[in-house]
Amino acid sequence: METYKINVNGVSRQVTVDPGTPLLWVLREELKMTGTKYGCGIGACGACTVHLSGVATRSCVVPISLVGNRAVVTIEAMATDPLGRTVQDEWVSLDVVQCGYCQSGQIMSAVALLKSIPKPTDTEIEESMGGNLCRCATYVRIREAIKSASQQLKR
Amino acid sequence: MRDIHTTGNVLNLTRRSFLRVSASAGGLLVSLYLDLPLAAQGGAKPKPKTYPPDAFVQIKPDGKILITVNRLEFGQGVYTSLPMILADEMDADWSHVMAELAPAADVYKDPLYGIQMVGGSGSIAHSFQQYREVGAKTRAMLVAAAAGQWKVAPDQCRTEASVVHGPSGQSAQYAELAQAAARQPVPATVQLKTPSQFRLVGKPVRRLDSRPKCDGSIKFGLDLDLPGMKTAVVARPPVFGGRVKTFDDKAARSIEGVREVFEIPLVRGTAMAVVADRFWTAKQARDRLKIDWDVSAVEHVGTEELSAKYKELARTPGNIAVNRGDQKAMDAVSPANQIVAEYEFPYLAHAPMEPLNTTIRFDGDRAEVWAGSQFQTVDQMAIAEVLGLKPEQVTFHTEMAGGGFGRRAVPDSHVQREAAAIAKRFRGTPVKLVWTREDDVQGGYYRPMHVHRVQIGIDHGGMPIAWRHVIVGQSIVTGTPFAALLIKNGVDETAVEGSADTHYKIPNFHVSAHHPTVNVPVLWWRSVGHTHSGFVMETLVDELATRAKMDPIAYRLKLLSPDAKKLRACLALLEQKSATWRKSVPRNHAVGIACHESFETGVACAVEVSIEDQRPRIHRATIAVDPGVAVNPLTIESQMQGGLGFGVTQLMAKGAITLKNGRVEQRNFDGYTPPYIKDVPVAVDVHIVPGTEKPSGCGEPPVPVIAPAVVNALAKLTGKRYRSLPLVSL
Repeated sequence: METYKINVNGVSRQVTVDPGTPLLWVLREELKMTGTKYGCGIGACGACTVHLSGVATRSCVVPISLVGNRAVVTIEAMATDPLGRTVQDEWVSLDVVQCGYCQSGQIMSAVALLKSIPKPTDTEIEESMGGNLCRCATYVRIREAIKSASQQLKR
Repeated sequence: MRDIHTTGNVLNLTRRSFLRVSASAGGLLVSLYLDLPLAAQGGAKPKPKTYPPDAFVQIKPDGKILITVNRLEFGQGVYTSLPMILADEMDADWSHVMAELAPAADVYKDPLYGIQMVGGSGSIAHSFQQYREVGAKTRAMLVAAAAGQWKVAPDQCRTEASVVHGPSGQSAQYAELAQAAARQPVPATVQLKTPSQFRLVGKPVRRLDSRPKCDGSIKFGLDLDLPGMKTAVVARPPVFGGRVKTFDDKAARSIEGVREVFEIPLVRGTAMAVVADRFWTAKQARDRLKIDWDVSAVEHVGTEELSAKYKELARTPGNIAVNRGDQKAMDAVSPANQIVAEYEFPYLAHAPMEPLNTTIRFDGDRAEVWAGSQFQTVDQMAIAEVLGLKPEQVTFHTEMAGGGFGRRAVPDSHVQREAAAIAKRFRGTPVKLVWTREDDVQGGYYRPMHVHRVQIGIDHGGMPIAWRHVIVGQSIVTGTPFAALLIKNGVDETAVEGSADTHYKIPNFHVSAHHPTVNVPVLWWRSVGHTHSGFVMETLVDELATRAKMDPIAYRLKLLSPDAKKLRACLALLEQKSATWRKSVPRNHAVGIACHESFETGVACAVEVSIEDQRPRIHRATIAVDPGVAVNPLTIESQMQGGLGFGVTQLMAKGAITLKNGRVEQRNFDGYTPPYIKDVPVAVDVHIVPGTEKPSGCGEPPVPVIAPAVVNALAKLTGKRYRSLPLVSL
């Protein structure tokens, strides 16, 4: 067991866990932030996507010992992030979600995409969202919502 | 599962349900209750019983209206559409309507199936009338209360947006009337709205659960956190049915936070459970368990060997599902005018995004359960059995579930039995059983592998005159309570649905089935038998249309029975909505068509496909659907889009579960890969046939059409007919 200080959504948090514990399980089990989801544990589904220093990252394959002082941002912070809020609003407006389990990760990937490319092409959307699985296959509406959020940004 | 309601009542409720009203904390509570079975009546007056929570609608003093949803919400939208139905008849103010998922209780059982469940696309189809009646009766009592106060006749009053209006300009909010309404007698019968009077039904209404699903605040079963809760993972045998011979748990127990390691029984075989303070700890400990398994007594299945065996079986007729006309008709057709086609379909895992889980706290004489279950009352009974309790001693909370697609509707309740066996050792402590993704991919309960062999005799006009069809695959329902209803003449209806009951008019038609016993647990996978039978029918009919040099839509319309009203309407609408783009697809793109009716809903679909990186690229899809009354067109649109995407699983290069020497060869999404964003249609436009008939389901019907539509397009691009799934190479 080791003690780590990490910055989550702008707040410094201290946890004592095994160094190999993935960030995902630190968020979910130590910090009780369950918006970030477990889907596969091998970085193949994107349900656990968070921003690490602004980069969309699969938290299930990042051990806590490697997080360091990089800022961790999770879905719980999106409602107060202007772009995050815009993306969430478009998701709601276009009735994107079905079961909703993957959508935290989808939204985190979409926000990271729009932060780096405010007006993405279809190809860029497919590349950035290409690692986020949705078994309900809400992909058509995810694509629309990203484009719609992008339109909002232009104003 | 479509025929349960028409074929018998083995699972049916034998009790009638009645509405009951009561005042509740200044509001109105409308509940259902059940009378006793007829056999129990007539003697002494039954003792008053403490009923489980049984509300359907509550009017709160602040005007909020809470509607209870008797089904699991796992994406399909009942959390919104069932409240819509009730609120519409009640004339409730939709902006004040909230929903909640019902716990397990008799009153929430499917009125036709007699268990509390989601399946067979029956949620709206079976609960439409029920929710309408509750809404209309609640409204009637509110009106009666207002009319009583105003000393007017109830029929002089009208209602809108949670307000009763009287003839002389009086008005009262539902919340103000709630207490008086609770004293009104429940009307025995009530006038329901005509479709033209609907205010919500038929209108696109956004989901009630969107926002919490977008901001991370919604709690799925896996997110549950109770004081003192422990987490369990289980090491299951490498071959289905294997048993623990010996084990060494020293290394596992040495990890800080591990509480217990012990053997548990499974539905098939035995396993080792690890219970720890945290999931991650439990998983680490499981990895360090050394287990010597006894797998000597169980069949070691190999899919290659199974394939050879199935293909051999398919050459002989099985138990007859349908035999129409004269089977000698085939002999009159020359071999040049025959098609013989052999199809193969793999095992498929459902792989819902939220891994399977169940939390149980066992308190000795009671238990409390939290689970995202499609079969609440079935799972409740199984847990009670393991814990030595009566079902009513098990409080079962329905949790929001992250997908399911059939995987949470398991007749043997194996996940809940595991969870109960573990919780039994931890009296007073809640234990959450978590299946990892590896457990899920390797854990069985797959869509069964199938082989179909079809021989078709074609007449001079290019139409099929004779059709012999043999289906080989494990029975899903054998050994379950559904067998009595769904196995006829040795044929499992869930294996032959979509072929034996086809709407295509083929005069000499013979479908039979073999159901070998194989040591791989199988289960219904969204749209069940239609996943493979729809593919076979729609690719063969397309091949026939091509041979006849006819337009694929025109050919289907010609071959369809005149009675196939829904499919005809869908094809006509599809023709109209897709004609323009179908005529102008780019070079190297092709159009594929498929239509299929399942769960009483008709669907027709056109796709535009090209080949990119040796994979099908689906540029667009147009889909027409006939669900009768379209309760929530927005939900239906989402279900059509999502259902097509789900069906693409069948086409994925790694869309198969295979076994070698009894072991599943895939472990996770790297080996069993469902569709990502680039794999599904880029755009899907959905068109709904206007209907006033009773609604039919929409969750499953879109699934069967996408795979055949895509390979029908591919056939135009490559000249090849694709009869084995997955599409490993083009």
